[in-house]
Amino acid sequence: MELWFTENHTKNVKFSIKVDKQLCSTQSIYQRIDVFESYEFGKILTLDGFIMLTQKDEFVYHEMIAHIPMAVNLNAKKVLVIGAGDGGTVRELAKYKSINKIDVVEIDEKVVEVCKEFLPQTACGFDDKRVSVYYQDGLKFVRKYENEYDVIIVDSTDPFGPGEGLFTKEFYGNCFKALKDDGIMVNQHESPFYYNDAQAMKRAHKRIVESFPISRVYQAHIPTYPSGHWLFGFASKKYYPINDLKSNDWNLLKIDTKYYNTNLHSGSFCLPNYVEEMLKEYE
Amino acid sequence: MNLNNQERAPIYEALMELKAKRIVPFDVPGHKRGKGNKDLKDFLGEQCLEVDVNSMKLLDNLCHPVGVIKEAEELAASAFGAKEAFFMVNGTTSAVQAMILSVLRKGDKIILPRNVHRSVINALVLCGAVPVYINPQVSQRLGITLGMSVSDVKNAILKNPDAKAVLVNNPTYYGVCSNIKEIVKLAHEKDIKVLVDEAHGTHFYFGDNMPVSAMSAGADMSAFSMHKSGGSLTQSSFLLCGEGANPSYVRQIINLMQTTSGSYLLLSSLDISRRNLALNGKNIFSKVVELSEYAREEINKIGDYYAFSSELINGDSVFDFDITKLSINTFDLGLAGIEVYDILRDEYDIQIEFGDIGNILAYVSVGDKNYKNIERLIGALTEIRRLYKKDKIGMLKQEYINPTVELSPQEAFYADKKSVLLEQSVGEICTEFVMCYPPGIPILAPGEKITKDVVDYILYAKEKGCFLTGLEDLEIQRINILKGGF
Repeated sequence: MELWFTENHTKNVKFSIKVDKQLCSTQSIYQRIDVFESYEFGKILTLDGFIMLTQKDEFVYHEMIAHIPMAVNLNAKKVLVIGAGDGGTVRELAKYKSINKIDVVEIDEKVVEVCKEFLPQTACGFDDKRVSVYYQDGLKFVRKYENEYDVIIVDSTDPFGPGEGLFTKEFYGNCFKALKDDGIMVNQHESPFYYNDAQAMKRAHKRIVESFPISRVYQAHIPTYPSGHWLFGFASKKYYPINDLKSNDWNLLKIDTKYYNTNLHSGSFCLPNYVEEMLKEYE
Repeated sequence: MNLNNQERAPIYEALMELKAKRIVPFDVPGHKRGKGNKDLKDFLGEQCLEVDVNSMKLLDNLCHPVGVIKEAEELAASAFGAKEAFFMVNGTTSAVQAMILSVLRKGDKIILPRNVHRSVINALVLCGAVPVYINPQVSQRLGITLGMSVSDVKNAILKNPDAKAVLVNNPTYYGVCSNIKEIVKLAHEKDIKVLVDEAHGTHFYFGDNMPVSAMSAGADMSAFSMHKSGGSLTQSSFLLCGEGANPSYVRQIINLMQTTSGSYLLLSSLDISRRNLALNGKNIFSKVVELSEYAREEINKIGDYYAFSSELINGDSVFDFDITKLSINTFDLGLAGIEVYDILRDEYDIQIEFGDIGNILAYVSVGDKNYKNIERLIGALTEIRRLYKKDKIGMLKQEYINPTVELSPQEAFYADKKSVLLEQSVGEICTEFVMCYPPGIPILAPGEKITKDVVDYILYAKEKGCFLTGLEDLEIQRINILKGGF
């Protein structure tokens, strides 16, 4: 018997992973949550049939979303993470002793429950004492704050389903307001490759550009995401991602990473021409 | 409510049967179940075009119902507590017109508040009846018109004992209800019919703790928009008859103007929506109330917005308030409602129902299932305050302008007229309508004297970006006035 998990990356492209068994399948009020055990990628978490993470490549995503803003502002004390029910982003942030508070806002409590049970590799992030988890809509949470956070990380799902509100202008504007004067927002920015993903990516970029004075995009290679070519947004009130990178100080921290390093930090902001062209439409 | 058989939907069932029978069409419509119009079929879907069919034995006939339409109308009447219910396929406008034309003839008087929908005054143009306006009370704080005070209705009846009808908005666009039970009592004592524009009150028939519905208040007729809060397709409505109406005559009036090719898409949408509300309305509208109440509370926390509600209730001109309506005053923000309405659409991709000079209305309805979009609206309003707030100096507050009626709407509409620049029209008699759409309440109606206040108001509304309609001049620079003066 052969068991395969398949995700449609486009109407005409399928991505399949051979699965040993299904470990969990449950329905929350927001979405369907599944965990599979696979031969190639280890455990896989999917929401409504879309891969959120695999044990084998989650380090790329989580390191790139957490260390980029931190290496630019090593003084960050208070960090807000929106989405991130798997705990991977928090695990990376917890490596900074300078941070004294990490607030996590996840809409779906069930995702956290499932990850704690089946994915301790990422969910271990929640064990840190500095972490507080709030189960509510990210848009609702953030609009109440003003001048509160040093860094906001938007670790969202895709711009349809429960994560839709996290790709809107009102959300980015509210994040701007919730950030301090030297605050940085980093977000999951979709992919430039397939048409629908690229449209979502451009829309998100347009809205961020309208909301922040500094807005740059960086990339990483994530094998299990559509096309493997993935983008993140770096939006900020004061700091520039390359000029304000504190390479020496960061390296002195001796933080253990598998993907991120300070050379790659600068390199990740160098984008292919076709991506630059898409972004320029809105700058 | 009699729930017997409410799980049935006779028109829908007949359409399903028609599909199963695979009847060969040699009748209209000519697209023949979509085969003749591929682009349209691809766009709307095959399922939709398969039931875009014409009257036939199996499907009954809207003009003279004896089969499934009759059954469906009976079920609707029972669901709404009416003596009879008519399926309307030309909007609530047609229901309002049929209601008025079935009760009034040329020269007859009708007592009504001035903040009626244009369809009411249109009907007066058609039948030649004469309006006796009751000046609605106005909230100075909000700049909106409220309901009719009972004593004003009483005085109007005393002064016009020959009036044939009273018309009541239940509720107004903003959610304000008059004391309809008392008005029915006063009117019926003098054999005056009570007609109710319930375009925005569908849910009064189904939700818990809602304002009184027209039928339960004993009104004679009610026109309401199933497609607004009830979930049916745009343009589909109901006309309800109470004990005091003569349904067979009403049917004749409806048939004067109604299409003889009533759309089965619209008819089945009414049938299915009635079934849904009769069976699930209580839960649906308790959810709508929950969402609206939450949004109101959160919006009032933002600052400078005032999402008003039942605290307006004063026992008379605001006898009750429809708490499903999310009406928000924007005056303290220094922005006109229409400006907030435009920013929400252009900058935040959020379309709300309308914005006027000082308020916006977000429609929360059967289609809102969770908090996701409500959070977006609240988030966007928070941002608009941060980014766009202005000094409120120079904002026009007064919305209601007391009309002077010099001629009946019909006489003025059909009179010889000439066109002049708006600025030069002060003191003349208007022969056409001017209104912002939505809400579609006339600022000027045919037969009314044009005052400087009215002209200033129109120019201000135009400058703020209101969508002005009704005038022959689409540029809204010229207005038709009575030739030779009055």
